[in-house]
Amino acid sequence: MKIHEFQAKDLLRAAGVPVLAGKVARTPDEAAAAFTALGTPVCAVKAQIHAGGRGKGKVKGSEQRGVELAKSADDAKRIAAGLLGNTLVTIQTGPEGQVVRQVFVESGCAIDRELYCAVLVDRRVESPVLIASTAGGMDIEEVAAKTPELILAEPFDADRGLGAYQARVLASKLGLPTASWRHAEAFFRKLCQAFVDLDASLVEINPLVLTKDGTLVALDAKMTFDDNALFRHKDVAALRDEAEEEPAETRAAAAGLSYVKLNGTIGCLVNGAGLAMSTMDLVKYHGGEPANFLDVGGGADVKQVTEAFRIILSDPHVKAILVNIFGGIMRCTTIATALVEASKTIGFTVPLVVRLEGTEVEEGKKILASSGAKIITADGLTDAAKKVVAAAKA
Amino acid sequence: MSILVNRDTRVICQGITGKVGEFHTRGCLDYGTRMVGGVTPGKGGEEVAGLPVFNTVAEARDATGANATMIFVPPAFAADAILEAVDAGIELVIAITEGIPVIDMARVMPVVKASKSRLIGPNCPGVITPGQCKIGIMPGYIHTPGHVGVMSRSGTLTYEAVWQLTQLGHGQSTCVGLGGDPLVGSSFIDILALFQADPDTHSILMMGEIGGSAEEEAAEYVKHHVTKPVAAFIAGRTAPPGKRMGHAGAIISGGKGTAEAKLAALRDAGIEVAESPADMGTAMVRAIEKRRS
Repeated sequence: MKIHEFQAKDLLRAAGVPVLAGKVARTPDEAAAAFTALGTPVCAVKAQIHAGGRGKGKVKGSEQRGVELAKSADDAKRIAAGLLGNTLVTIQTGPEGQVVRQVFVESGCAIDRELYCAVLVDRRVESPVLIASTAGGMDIEEVAAKTPELILAEPFDADRGLGAYQARVLASKLGLPTASWRHAEAFFRKLCQAFVDLDASLVEINPLVLTKDGTLVALDAKMTFDDNALFRHKDVAALRDEAEEEPAETRAAAAGLSYVKLNGTIGCLVNGAGLAMSTMDLVKYHGGEPANFLDVGGGADVKQVTEAFRIILSDPHVKAILVNIFGGIMRCTTIATALVEASKTIGFTVPLVVRLEGTEVEEGKKILASSGAKIITADGLTDAAKKVVAAAKA
Repeated sequence: MSILVNRDTRVICQGITGKVGEFHTRGCLDYGTRMVGGVTPGKGGEEVAGLPVFNTVAEARDATGANATMIFVPPAFAADAILEAVDAGIELVIAITEGIPVIDMARVMPVVKASKSRLIGPNCPGVITPGQCKIGIMPGYIHTPGHVGVMSRSGTLTYEAVWQLTQLGHGQSTCVGLGGDPLVGSSFIDILALFQADPDTHSILMMGEIGGSAEEEAAEYVKHHVTKPVAAFIAGRTAPPGKRMGHAGAIISGGKGTAEAKLAALRDAGIEVAESPADMGTAMVRAIEKRRS
């Protein structure tokens, strides 16, 4: 789950990680009031959307950037007016962009140097790791690709946390003045602790700033959370902003389905993530374009499968649907019953190609055959893909 | 011969009194697995599917001589269940549970590494040696005894591959589901080493997916340490970057973990690549025949 920058900063502040004072504004007047209340000579007005690259991103139809500096309350009001309700396009939003619904007005600070740091779980070392770099404010992926020697990493134990010595190792390698090391120690250790305590899947501070008075402060903050751990973080779960999410994906998540909307015409309903991805690959291999990734999971019931069909059919671009089930936990009879049920209750407006294999396959096929529902059956993967691609083009 | 499990493996089920645990315990019994008991805290003394239920893994081990466990405990308690099994000295711990928090697994990993137990999973279909022992949720009938070792990060994709192999007349020595989570107990490399050492495994088929670098590392290992024919498929060639495809690990971020990079690494290691998921079985056959000619 993703959250906004201002929410991440609230969480970090509570965890003792230094961040600057700031206020959220939902109208230009609120932005002006925030500037006045913060009382610093310069503030940054930052668009709050669930995507990065805001500083370089531009509002559709204007030269306004996603992050701009304000030197007066009027300035803040003008910048906020240019952002709020408008669509911001960044390298991460895609060309369609994302509507800005709130801005974060944050006080400024005297920057000496911009650094980078992030915490994530690294599969190769099988533990959380703190990453840091002197290349702050830049596209870190590019830094990693072109100058990997600039990326520093300190793995740490989830229970013991980051050692003070590890923080010093990083501070030294980052070339921080020794007078700032105790700040670095506190900053890095608390950041790592927050990552573990909140079950985050990523905390990224870009830039991490060394101020002119030698302290460290998180100028930006991006946090994402492990969906599987939200059950023990009700406060974090409450930060979900559904307006930032694809409505069909939110609806699918509520039904316990894993759905990702894509841009093609062939709806896919599959059990298992690997097989679902492979089914998309197969559709493409045979000249079609998948409209979605949809994994109904192992234990889905008739109700969930029916909801899955509704979600797929809610996409107006879908011209045909491919159902590919290899029953394991999921029984083919469950899918077949749901198919028949769905054809009765919602009615299929597009051709439906069904390929069943695995647990209770013969019984499942019988249910489909005797239902009288209009279904194109397929034997094997290639047959199914060819049939659905043909149906979508017809 | 086979790897990990055979007809002598004595298996308990942690979470046996749950609906899913009971269903699959029966499935394993029907397949012929030597199931010897189950564990659910507080339900010791009960009986499920004709098997004794114990309060703790240690009690179950002492009473039954179990050397393997299959875990169906709900996600919030599953990491603890893995630790209990490891603490009781169970040699093979197979965690089927899907949805365990990653940080919980980060705490489990060093304990498993320091122990003599081997962990498979979590979020995996389990392990099967066809005709001998099935521990997990895979449909038994698609398998047939033979000499292809199969391993994968994805459950139903493994079934697909196994089914293709069976239809082509190629049986399997052992099939291992590694699991789709970012942190799993055993990697491709761990299982490759076992398959390479197993005289009954003559060739190896692996299914990977986008995200991470496990496939690249496996390719490097094959290049230097595996003499048997290997074929592979990578799921997610058409997945767009930045979108998580169901599995927590299956995401292309910042140009890393792409199917192209993985396919290139596999080809470079002399591994036969399946171009489509319908081609997994035939890719294995091609790899075997190339070696013969």
